[in-house]
Amino acid sequence: MTETERNPESTLATTGALPDPIPTTPPRNKWRDVWDQFKTHRGALVGGIVFCSLVLLVLVGPYFWPFDPTYIDIRARNQGPSLAHPFGTDQLGRDTLARMMAGGRVSVAVGITAMLLALGLGSFIGVMAGYFRKLDGPLMRLTDLFLALPLLPLLLVMMLLFRDPLNSRFGPETGIFILIVVSIGMTSWMPTARIVRGDVLAIKEREFILAARSIGTSSTMMIMRHILPNVLSPIMVSATLGIANAIITESALSFLGLGFPPDFPTWGRLLFDATDYLQQYPERVIWPGMAISLTVLSVNYLGDGLRDALDPRIRGR
Amino acid sequence: MLTFTIRRLILAVPTLLFISLIIFLLLELAPGDPMAQVPLTVPPDVKEKMRLALGLGEPFHIRFWKWIVQFFWIEPQVFIDHLIGTSLSDGKLRVISWQTRSPVMDIVVQRMPQTLWVVGMSYVVGVLIALPIGIYSAYRQYSVFDQAGTFITMVGYSIPPFFTGPLIIVIFSVQLGWFPSIYDTTHQVVDWATFKVQLQQMIMPVMVLALQTTAQIGRFMRASMLDNLNQDYVRTARAKGLSEAVVVMVHVLRNSMIPVVTVIALGVPAIFGGAIITEQVFKVNGIGQLLITAIYANDLPMVQTITFMFAVLIVFFNLIADVLYGILDPRIRYD
Repeated sequence: MTETERNPESTLATTGALPDPIPTTPPRNKWRDVWDQFKTHRGALVGGIVFCSLVLLVLVGPYFWPFDPTYIDIRARNQGPSLAHPFGTDQLGRDTLARMMAGGRVSVAVGITAMLLALGLGSFIGVMAGYFRKLDGPLMRLTDLFLALPLLPLLLVMMLLFRDPLNSRFGPETGIFILIVVSIGMTSWMPTARIVRGDVLAIKEREFILAARSIGTSSTMMIMRHILPNVLSPIMVSATLGIANAIITESALSFLGLGFPPDFPTWGRLLFDATDYLQQYPERVIWPGMAISLTVLSVNYLGDGLRDALDPRIRGR
Repeated sequence: MLTFTIRRLILAVPTLLFISLIIFLLLELAPGDPMAQVPLTVPPDVKEKMRLALGLGEPFHIRFWKWIVQFFWIEPQVFIDHLIGTSLSDGKLRVISWQTRSPVMDIVVQRMPQTLWVVGMSYVVGVLIALPIGIYSAYRQYSVFDQAGTFITMVGYSIPPFFTGPLIIVIFSVQLGWFPSIYDTTHQVVDWATFKVQLQQMIMPVMVLALQTTAQIGRFMRASMLDNLNQDYVRTARAKGLSEAVVVMVHVLRNSMIPVVTVIALGVPAIFGGAIITEQVFKVNGIGQLLITAIYANDLPMVQTITFMFAVLIVFFNLIADVLYGILDPRIRYD
């Protein structure tokens, strides 16, 4: 039999078909492409650097700075900027730079934790609503309902109601931290859920999902292996926006006097305390305000760049 | 369209009821006791009577039902009485504030003009600034103006009002002394001089709130214009020989305004929420400041009513946005 004697190469030679081009370079990594696109967005690059250095500063700074944020030196009160106190001191003689760094720790920690909570909740509800058709209606009605809640007033009410029980159980600082993080997380998951649901609905109709289902992939595996990695980019973009949102909300609560207790510095609290001395020492308002604005601005630019970098339609150009 | 509107209106009723239930349940868990300020010399049975007088004696669901009836049935009657002088609501119990022992709605009506003046004016100003910026930066995409506009909107988006507020107080009140830092609500406008004073005290809160509005709507306007500028009908309009002004300001602008108008409608309730902070900064005694003081004073009927009014605003403006979208864009069909 002639056909069994033929090897593939001779077949190729006789039919004259072109062999597939063999790639000489290894395939480009997707994250490499994302990084290349991200680099071209100058605002995002600067935003990322500023945000990372701010986080690094508030994390590492207190180890190198000699003053304790709660140390009261009443003789050195209300000082202007000097070499010993670059940001001056407050009405009790506490060093403003040390308080700024301690406050930044809390603000950034609240921002990141609340964002993670909102993101987890939003992605979970979004994936569930998008993947299981039966859950879609009820979960989306729930999302609409949460979107119709007046959030800032409700947050204020929650602060008022649950502050004391949580304080007595977990101590004043941990209690209010849990309260703020949970209430911000519970009230800001809705945009993420909506975006994720839309993307899941689109991905569910693609061929690779059909292929995966045809080999008997279970729903859990399908979501973990095939759906979640593909909705990662909108989740990452809403993560950056979530940090900005959480930091602003926490500062707003502290500014209205319903956030952290007075001796526990956060950026919003420092701003609130400084407004009382607005006429005499206006620079005290500037430092925490600048810190909040700079963080939020850099995170927003970072999100802008990430959105462009993660969008394959823009990346190709 | 009409059936859609009616269906949405009917759907809004359970939504609002559910929201009011959530708010009520949340307040039900309040550990604060309205009798906490009463002196210890008052005997317990008298205290119990006072508690009953506040309407606290009954179980939860009855009080919720009473509040619903008061808010949705008796308060509109009071409003009708006030308008045409009938006496529908005589002798009926209204929602009473625990702080002042007067009807909550009367206080809200007293506070409303301040909030509406400051918030409403700032929204109008913000939209009026945002639209030209958005149009021009889309028309000259990537120009210096566009880059600067994008940066400014990004800054406006990122800087919270509780920082811009004190900042411009420092600059314009403390350093320059141009404007008063506190909004005087007893001020009456009678002639040109008092009008100028009113204008001066309004400029700063309006500007702070307008910056937020401008940032959001300006960005949206730009994106919407960019979507439309590359479409085929624009090329056709240019090929017909229409002037550039007509192409941009009539053809493109009208189509770009469709999503922007709905965003403007959606933003109205959010600006009321933002006004809570601005009113606190500039000491405007509007609705937001009323809510904050009620929260501090544990005045639950007041908190419940104001929070619910914010929810009504949100649901109502969502409805308006959806209906507007359907009216303005004939491609959208809800039925």
